[in-house]
Order: sequence, then structure tokens, then C-alpha cells
Amino acid sequence: MSRGITQYVLLRALMIIPTVLILYTIVFIFMRILPGNPILAVVGTKSISPEQMKHLMHLAGLDKPLYVQYFDYLWQLLHGNFGVTLAFPMGVPVADYLRLRFPATLELTIWSFAISVILGLLTGTLGAVKRGTKLDTSMRLYSIVAYTLFIPWFGMILQYIFGVWLHILPTSGRINPNVNLHTITGLYVLDSILTGNWSAFVSSIKHLILPSLTLGIVLSGAYTRLVRNNMVEVLNQDFIRAYKARGVKDWKVTWYALKNAFIPVITLMGLQFAILLGGAILTETTFNWPGMGTFIIDRIEYRDYNAIQGAVVFFAFFVGLISLIVDVIYALLDPRVKY
Amino acid sequence: MLSSIILKPVKAIFGNRPGRGFLIAGTIIVLAVVIMAIFAPFIAPYNPTAISSDTFSPPCWKHIMGTNRLGQDVFSRIVWGSRIILYVVLVATAFSMVLGIPVGLVSGYYGGKLDRVLSTVMDSIYAFPALILAIVIAVVLGPSPMNAAVAIAFVYVPTYFRMIRGQTLSLKGQLFVEAAKAIGARDREIMLKYILPNLIPTILVVFSLSVADAILTEAGLSFLGLSVTPPTPDWGYDLRVGQAFFLDGYWWLVFFPGLMIMLLAMAFALIGEALSERTSTSAR
Repeated sequence: MSRGITQYVLLRALMIIPTVLILYTIVFIFMRILPGNPILAVVGTKSISPEQMKHLMHLAGLDKPLYVQYFDYLWQLLHGNFGVTLAFPMGVPVADYLRLRFPATLELTIWSFAISVILGLLTGTLGAVKRGTKLDTSMRLYSIVAYTLFIPWFGMILQYIFGVWLHILPTSGRINPNVNLHTITGLYVLDSILTGNWSAFVSSIKHLILPSLTLGIVLSGAYTRLVRNNMVEVLNQDFIRAYKARGVKDWKVTWYALKNAFIPVITLMGLQFAILLGGAILTETTFNWPGMGTFIIDRIEYRDYNAIQGAVVFFAFFVGLISLIVDVIYALLDPRVKY
Repeated sequence: MLSSIILKPVKAIFGNRPGRGFLIAGTIIVLAVVIMAIFAPFIAPYNPTAISSDTFSPPCWKHIMGTNRLGQDVFSRIVWGSRIILYVVLVATAFSMVLGIPVGLVSGYYGGKLDRVLSTVMDSIYAFPALILAIVIAVVLGPSPMNAAVAIAFVYVPTYFRMIRGQTLSLKGQLFVEAAKAIGARDREIMLKYILPNLIPTILVVFSLSVADAILTEAGLSFLGLSVTPPTPDWGYDLRVGQAFFLDGYWWLVFFPGLMIMLLAMAFALIGEALSERTSTSAR
């Protein structure tokens, strides 16, 4: 059994490689093979001498043939090197930025993820238990409306309500700049617990509420729908009727049904995480959150193709890792899956 | 126990009611926006790009959605902005369908090595955050509505491919396809005459749901400045400009464009939801 699962995890982990390769290739094709010189894109309207251009091209490795560039970068990736930035400041390893920015995005997505799952389970269960009623229809409507909220808009509305009207929550950043926090993991809430820093803990939680609520609510809609439909199916099964016939309390029956309806939800979590990362770009931009999203947007301003490519490849790794974790959890929970 | 026995037939009769409501509501909103786009010159009370001295006016009788920092009428900009978003989303979706449907059909029908390679590529793109990939493509191509459409088209090809491929796989094993083969129908004929017509309900559902997604992606791209350039009126871009001022109390600069984005996306999602119920194809 334990050898079986180890083998399964290893085999499944190997499947990340083609995913990353495919995404790297797509980005590479778009960025390098399409006409246009990345250096020219960086310097924009400023004129530089041919020698300077040659020097810059050489520094960035752009003077080599395309296929060499393609494999060079892969070789670097194997060593954990994501390339260097092309634009201001030039020549900084992209990995340095990722190390700095990724924990911020991770913290935001973990909280949003938790909120979306909890909200989705609550609303979906409500809809299923009260199926066919007005409450069920409102939950279905909630699912659709939540799903189609435009993240920056919804975020700004929350900023307006809680930041401008009520004045109780901060609308931008990760932590009060006057609070000193010694970072260990880069996840501020965790770091403030580890260092026993109470004021940093309060400040980082306060800053997290609005962005993670924005992203969490928007993503909860997909769960609502799935949980509701699964629950309705489970609630119609014989074992649930048997429980009810035996006089098991309603909330207990609901709990058993929820446990059974949950397994398919795990599959959705993998895909939802990808959407979560896409949504994080907009959330970070709206709340001025210093994560991967704002990093990509910053680099867009400079047309820094290298940094953008590095970020995308990193995201591809991360998405692959999440779907690996989801699949393993699924395999562990569902005895029907053979590994 | 009893309730679930009674509820079932009741649901069978009335179950369509919320679905129908969804369908009607969605269709009305979509039609309203389409009419707004077609008759923009007659509906908009002002020139959407005309600058006036009446800046930051809150909603009033003269300007029902207020004016922005340049004194432009927000309502007129919203009316004209519907053209851009519909144009980008429809062009993008048409592209994705033209690419995704035939490739999915052929890949699913013939199977083999090509199918495996295509599926791996499509699955990889599908599993990656659509918005991030669309951003990368839009950045490389440069900011314009047409380029935004190309970027969006690219990221939604796998949605059609996967759905069509899966359905083709299950259809090609069915009796009517076997029968067609037995009477000597060629592959092309089977795909176009026997399988494709059976895919139309699925295509309709995927179409409405992916348009809803595409609307949000388009709005995202233009919010990030990757679609239109000023002074073109556009919902996502106007939201971005409004962001700089709304915390000072100018809420109408943000509220109305964002509301329109949500309503339009919601309308297509409602239609998709109702259609998927009717055709009983689960869309995810």
C-alpha cells in the first residue's frame, strides 16, 4: 500500500514536466519568434547606439540562435534559475523576485481558497437540503452572480464600504508599514505567530480580509453549484433514507451526505486553484498587494519579457504541483482509485 | 423520507421554472446590451469622448450616471463601450470555436498518437490560469481590441476542444455510427452528418458559458490596459481610470462600468445554466 502510493506520487509528479514544457514553449514562441526585438521593446522610444544594442543583446543571450536560447533556458531551469530581468533593474535573477513575491500571492490564495470552499460548502448544502424551494433558487443565483462578479469591481466596492464609509479596514498593502516584522517564511500571518509579534499579526490579518474575501466570494460560486448537485444525488441514496428512517437527526444526516458529496469537490479544487491564481492578478492590482500578480503587471510596464517568461514558467510548476497534490488527496480518500 | 418521495415529481414539473426564469432574464439582458451597441449613436445623450467643464458631476438628471474627470458623460461612455466588449468577445469566441470544434472532432474521432499529443497540449493550456496566459499574449501583441481578441481566443480553444473531443469519443461508439459505417459512410460523412449535429446542444452550452468567461477576461485585459487606448470608451478601461478617484468618493466612475460587466457576464451564465439543464449536459 505505502509502496503503491509512493510510486503513484512519483509517476504523477513526472506528468508535471510535459505541462511545464508545453507552457514554456508557448510563451517562448509568442515572445521570441514573433517579430519584434525584446530589447527594443524595453528601451522603447529612447534611441541607443548599435554597439550598446549589441552589448545588451549579448548580456541577455539574445544574440544566440533561437533553438540555443530555447534549450539554454531549459538547462538553467534545471538548476532553479529562471533567467535574469531585461529591464530596470537589469540583470537581477528573476528567481530573487519570485522568492520575494510568491509568498504574498501564496498567502492571499490560501485564505481565498479557504473562504471559497467554506462558502461553497455552506451555500451548496443549504441549496441541496432545501431543494426545490426559493432558498435553493437563490443559492443557484448566488452561484452564478458570485462567479460572474468582476474582481476589481467587487474589490473596489468592498474597499468603498469598509475603507471609506466604515473606515475599519485597510484598502491596500499587506501590513501597516510602521509595524516591524521579521520575515521567516514570507507568509506574514504565520511569521507573526512564529515570532510572537501581536501587532504584526493583527495588522496582517486586517490587510488580508478584504482581498481574500473578494477572491474567495468570487470563487465560491463554482463550489456552490457542484456541492448542491452532488448533495442532491447523495441525499437520494438508500443509505441516507435508511438513516432518516432510523431517526438519525437531520443535521447528522446532512453531515454524512456532505462527507460523501465532498469527494468530487476535491477534483474541482485543482482547476479552481488555477482560476484563483488568475484572479489573484486582478485582486493584487486592486488592493496593491505586492505579490506575483503585481510583479507581472510591473514587468509589463517595462516590457520585460524575461521576467514575464520566468513568472509564467514558475506558475506552470506551481499549477502542476497543486494538481499533483489534489490527485494524491483524491487517491487517498477514494478507495476506488487504483495507484 | 416522505418529503423526498413527494418532492421528486414536484421538482420534475416545477424544476424547469427557475431554469426558464434564468433563460428569460439572461436573454433580456443580452438583447438590451446588443440593442445598446447597435443604436449607440441614438441612445447616448452625449458624445462619449467630448470633454466638458462639468467634471466629477455625481449622477443627476442631466447626467444619469455622472461625469468623469474630463467631464465626459459616464452613461454615454457605457453605451458606446458595449460595442468594444461585444466585438472583442464575439470575435474571440468565433476564433476559438473555429479552431477548437474541428480539431476536437477529428482528434476524438481518429484517436491515436495525434490525439494524445493534442490532448496533452490542450490539457496543459486548460489547466493554466487563462487570464495570465491571455495577459502574456496580449502584452506581446500590443494593446488593441483585436489583439485582445486573439489572446482570448487562444486561451479558450481548449475549452471547446476538450468538450467536443469527449463527446465525439462517446458518440463514435454508438450504434447509429456503427450503422452508418456498415452502410459504407466515409469518415468525413460520419463526422459531419452523424456526429456534429449531435454536438450542437453541447456547443450551445459551452458557447454561453465560455462567453461569460471571455467577458470577464476581456474586462480583465482592458482593466490592465491591454485592450483599448484612450479616449475609446470601454467598460474595463473606464473602471481602471475610475480606480484612481473612487476612494475620494467618486463612486459612480467605478460602480456603473463594473455593474455592466457583471450583468453581461451574468446574462450569458444564466443562459448557459438554463441551457445545460435543458440539454442535460453538465458543462464542467
